[in-house]
Amino acid sequence: MAKFQISRRKFLTTASLGVSGIVLSGCDAFDSQLGTGAALRSFLESANNLTWRAQRLLAGRGALAPEFTEADIRQPQRPNGVTAPDDDFYKGLLASDFADWRLEVSGLVEKPLSLTREQLMNIPSRTQITRHDCVEGWSCIAKWTGTPLSLVLDEAVVKPQARYVMFHCLDTIDRSLSGDIKYYGSIDLIDARHPQTILAYGLNGQPLPVENGAPLRVRVERQLGYKMPKYLYKIELIDSFANLGGGKGGYWEDNGYDWYAGI
Amino acid sequence: MESVARSQPTARADAAAPKDATLIYRQSRWTRLTHWLWAISLFFMLLSGLQIFNARPQLYIGKESGFGYNNTVFAIGAENTATGPRGYTEIFGKRFDTTGVLGWSGPPGQETSRAFPSWATIPSYYDLGTARVVHFFFAWGLTTTLVVWLVASLINGHLRRDLAPRIDDLRRLPRDIVDHAKLKFHHTREYNTLQKMAYGGVLFVLLPLMIITGLAMSPSMNSVLPFLNDLLGGRQTARTIHFAVMLLLVAFFIIHILMIIAAGPINELRSIITGWYRIDPPAHGDERPERSA
Repeated sequence: MAKFQISRRKFLTTASLGVSGIVLSGCDAFDSQLGTGAALRSFLESANNLTWRAQRLLAGRGALAPEFTEADIRQPQRPNGVTAPDDDFYKGLLASDFADWRLEVSGLVEKPLSLTREQLMNIPSRTQITRHDCVEGWSCIAKWTGTPLSLVLDEAVVKPQARYVMFHCLDTIDRSLSGDIKYYGSIDLIDARHPQTILAYGLNGQPLPVENGAPLRVRVERQLGYKMPKYLYKIELIDSFANLGGGKGGYWEDNGYDWYAGI
Repeated sequence: MESVARSQPTARADAAAPKDATLIYRQSRWTRLTHWLWAISLFFMLLSGLQIFNARPQLYIGKESGFGYNNTVFAIGAENTATGPRGYTEIFGKRFDTTGVLGWSGPPGQETSRAFPSWATIPSYYDLGTARVVHFFFAWGLTTTLVVWLVASLINGHLRRDLAPRIDDLRRLPRDIVDHAKLKFHHTREYNTLQKMAYGGVLFVLLPLMIITGLAMSPSMNSVLPFLNDLLGGRQTARTIHFAVMLLLVAFFIIHILMIIAAGPINELRSIITGWYRIDPPAHGDERPERSA
């Protein structure tokens, strides 16, 4: 036992030095390996693809996100991201209560569309009380009313080579050297045709407020909030998003967030 | 499988320590491999998890986060005071000053408002997107390792031989607690009662609970297992449980390291790296009951 005492003390010193070394330097030690484009980062990102495939396998096309009751609506929907677009074009549309606003449906479709709000509201609607989960970690339950995206896609007749739906928005989320960046994002056709995926114009029984994305926002109930663009004006059917923005399929995706946000 | 695992120690014992009867082959290669895979996974999951928490440093009870009402049970934040910004931690409405570590931290003169300090998060700077990439990669690693360990331990008998509780364990518990409190350790082939409880608790309660509450936070998994959040008390409660279990795992880690240091770090480390463990020589007249595998 005596011979252990020495090595034990020695070990204690070494161990505590080692542990404090990891704690003090360990975290920024990985920083350089984790930036977008770094080899380690790209390897770790492959897990998101696995998550996407695994969850698609389990949830399939039709599994529904939980819906709640009126009693669960206990507060206004918390707005996030841009809540008052400063863009002149948007402010002009808002001033005339979106009378001049149109929803364009273009890209890989047989019949490009340009719909007024009234035309959109004349399509049968869906109302659902769902929980909005923000990537930050908070949740908020609200009642959404809107046009199922699948009905709009049917109207436009999607070409077989289309793989994604790209949403183009009116709000400036960021500024770069090459100009203002308007919010953009994409989902696959399985989520686009999901029964709960709607283009929402109503919130908690009222017209959609500006802070929540008026006149129209997307609801994709099996994913996180950043996959549900607000201030929507154009839907584009595409077969690849390699040439859009940074090539990752959305504004947040081009800033290091995973394209699939079902988790 | 079992015969391979059984024959190996004899073969190696002949070569490595032919005359040393107190050196035994204690940890199979599966136990050792999965142990270190967990260690790596949990390290990255903890530090990326704290970064994810920093994006919303509040915990709530219920289906949603209360903004129009209060269901917050835990919060870390910063506030301006007469003497400058201070960091605070609030538990069930009771506020503690945690400046320098929680809420307000950083090198002197460059402190910033952040829940967990830079040295405890991956990446060290604020980056939720990257933390999620790291967290979910190692979530797959951790879960796969747990499944591999479970299957291997069922086959090689580790589970039945070393972890399954016995009547004897209950009888030994009081003495075991006293021994641990006195830092008096018996180096034997078998785990003692507290060890079984700690390892069993982590492997069969804490880690599965971590995976379940993690899945309960996934909106897509909610469509597959809608009952999960009903059982747990809502998505925000699941998130709070996820955080609480993290604290328990950190507590386990600290005690685990302290016990290793106290029980003889070289012997303990050797057994989890090479498998070989030095047991106490049998005392005079001591009859060591041999447990057949």
